[in-house]
Amino acid sequence: MRRRGAGVAAIKNKNLAQAKYKDKGNEIAEDQITQMTKQMETFKTYLEDFAAKHKDEIKKSPDFRSQFQEMCASVGVDPLASSKGFWAEMLGVGDFYYELGVQIIEVCLATSHRNGGLISIEELREKLLKSRSKKSQDVSYDDLLRAIKKLKALGNGFTVLTVGQTYMIQSVPGELSLDHTTIIQQAQSTGHISKSQLIKDLKWEEERANRALNYMVKEGLVWVDDQTGSDRQFWFPSLFSANTS
Amino acid sequence: MNRFQWGETTADHGESHITSQTGVALYDGNDKTNFVGGVLGLTTHRLMWKENYGKSTAICLPLSLVKSLEEQPSGFAKSAKIVVYLQEPVAGQPSGPASFSKYDFIRLSFRDSGESEFYRYFKQALQDKKWEDKVLPPSRPAQGGRHRPGIVGIERSIQQKQKQTDSSINQSFQDLKQLMDKAQEMVTLSKTIVSKIKDRQGDITEDETVKFKAYLLSMGIPNPVTRETHGTGDSYYKELARELASVLKKPIKECGGMMTVTDVYCRVNRARGMELLSPEDLLNACDLFEMLRLPVRLRTFDSGVKVLQLSNHSEEEVTHKTAHVVEENGSLTAEELAQLIGLSVILSKERLLLTEKVGGVCRDDSEEGLRFYPNLFLTKT
Repeated sequence: MRRRGAGVAAIKNKNLAQAKYKDKGNEIAEDQITQMTKQMETFKTYLEDFAAKHKDEIKKSPDFRSQFQEMCASVGVDPLASSKGFWAEMLGVGDFYYELGVQIIEVCLATSHRNGGLISIEELREKLLKSRSKKSQDVSYDDLLRAIKKLKALGNGFTVLTVGQTYMIQSVPGELSLDHTTIIQQAQSTGHISKSQLIKDLKWEEERANRALNYMVKEGLVWVDDQTGSDRQFWFPSLFSANTS
Repeated sequence: MNRFQWGETTADHGESHITSQTGVALYDGNDKTNFVGGVLGLTTHRLMWKENYGKSTAICLPLSLVKSLEEQPSGFAKSAKIVVYLQEPVAGQPSGPASFSKYDFIRLSFRDSGESEFYRYFKQALQDKKWEDKVLPPSRPAQGGRHRPGIVGIERSIQQKQKQTDSSINQSFQDLKQLMDKAQEMVTLSKTIVSKIKDRQGDITEDETVKFKAYLLSMGIPNPVTRETHGTGDSYYKELARELASVLKKPIKECGGMMTVTDVYCRVNRARGMELLSPEDLLNACDLFEMLRLPVRLRTFDSGVKVLQLSNHSEEEVTHKTAHVVEENGSLTAEELAQLIGLSVILSKERLLLTEKVGGVCRDDSEEGLRFYPNLFLTKT
């Protein structure tokens, strides 16, 4: 059995060995960068070929688009990260989503005075389709969700909330807690709810229901209706079914 | 597992490759096997499993032995699986990795995902039953366009057309898959380089790091390397920053010296029409404003709202003015202030909050909304 070296000599040797490994590591890394350059060129050609064949299809087919996005995500690549990236330049995916982003912002801004900055994804899509030109491509919910995800970075608080079976888009900064989204979910079928109903259905204490409802009134997400007498109704303009035809 | 045979991955006459998927493990019925983490390939005639891309020997299963398929969706800590029910093995078949199996089915476990797509192709291949087509040996000269008389001929040509459209759809997905496989290789390579860079920051040259970061950008791979070298490279963002500053100076001034980044994003992209900017591009360029000493600055409020403001914007002046306006009007909400001074509601809210922070105004928070009053605590006590 070999005796492990001990003492100063061993430390020196170890350092020397490590330095040597480092140098070798350097070399390998440099080689890898040259290798990467080569692979990059090859990849570009593949992408060009693919674009020549399928660029139109990406523009026209929401299915193909979402497949494409999913595969990119599973590989670890973000085709929308930069308009200078290969994907945007050669496939034109960028322009589709960035323009969609602009249109989404515009719809949200136009409706926020009425719904407080909260809009259902159905209403959003409908308004978008109306404002887009007739000959432009169909937009799927998947497209919307991906475009909105990118908008979050701009700081206006764009968030996607899951409410029951559908999504709501928040376009103003501000935290909506789980309690708040639960209330929205409860109100989903009729567009309104009363405090007593909440307390009965969710078994909350009065204080908790009060707090959540008052917050949403303050933020303009909910309208107060005292016409029904003693039981105040809270209406959600973002849930009005008149919004979606 | 006793239906598998050793074979070569090169395609036979008339056989063509359909798809492949990495990270697949084989189960003999409910038992595990040693065939884990390999590449599962599907051709028109066979199902093949090999250890990695490089190898050309694989274990192969003729599709003719497959009775039916079943999908098992993924669950907690379990990957998605396809169950393949098999017929009795043919006597006298070439040798394989197992000569006996107590099960009549195998399972394919997709640890790297890709199960639903593979299942689709697999089902299609089983329907097509290409292995039953009579294949002409290659020595015979190909005869173009056989004319088959009568109804049979018409039926055949309809089938042909259907296969063509199917294959063109399949082709797109196939092409997409191949493209993604190549992208995957790039990602893996970049990951190794990134870890090397992280380990010894100083040893890779500045140039190379910049070049590498440009690659990551082009590929859309998120860049975990720190931004220390950000200022020196990236001429694209520098150009963009300059362009933005010159284009936005006037509009921002007209808006009262401040504009939300969301607003900027819309205006810039609307003006461009084509070759639009991504949100990240915009933010990366904005980060450079200070370094390039441009007259516009990016600023983030506590609430997360991001704005571009003119660099000669004076905080003090704004808070004084806001406090003054509130006093003149007794009290104001964000909406009222917005209408008065012609700013957006979001920005007026930020102004009021800022003025409150320095003590210029006081808030009255009720369910009627957020209202601001002059701060009498400071002035009158």
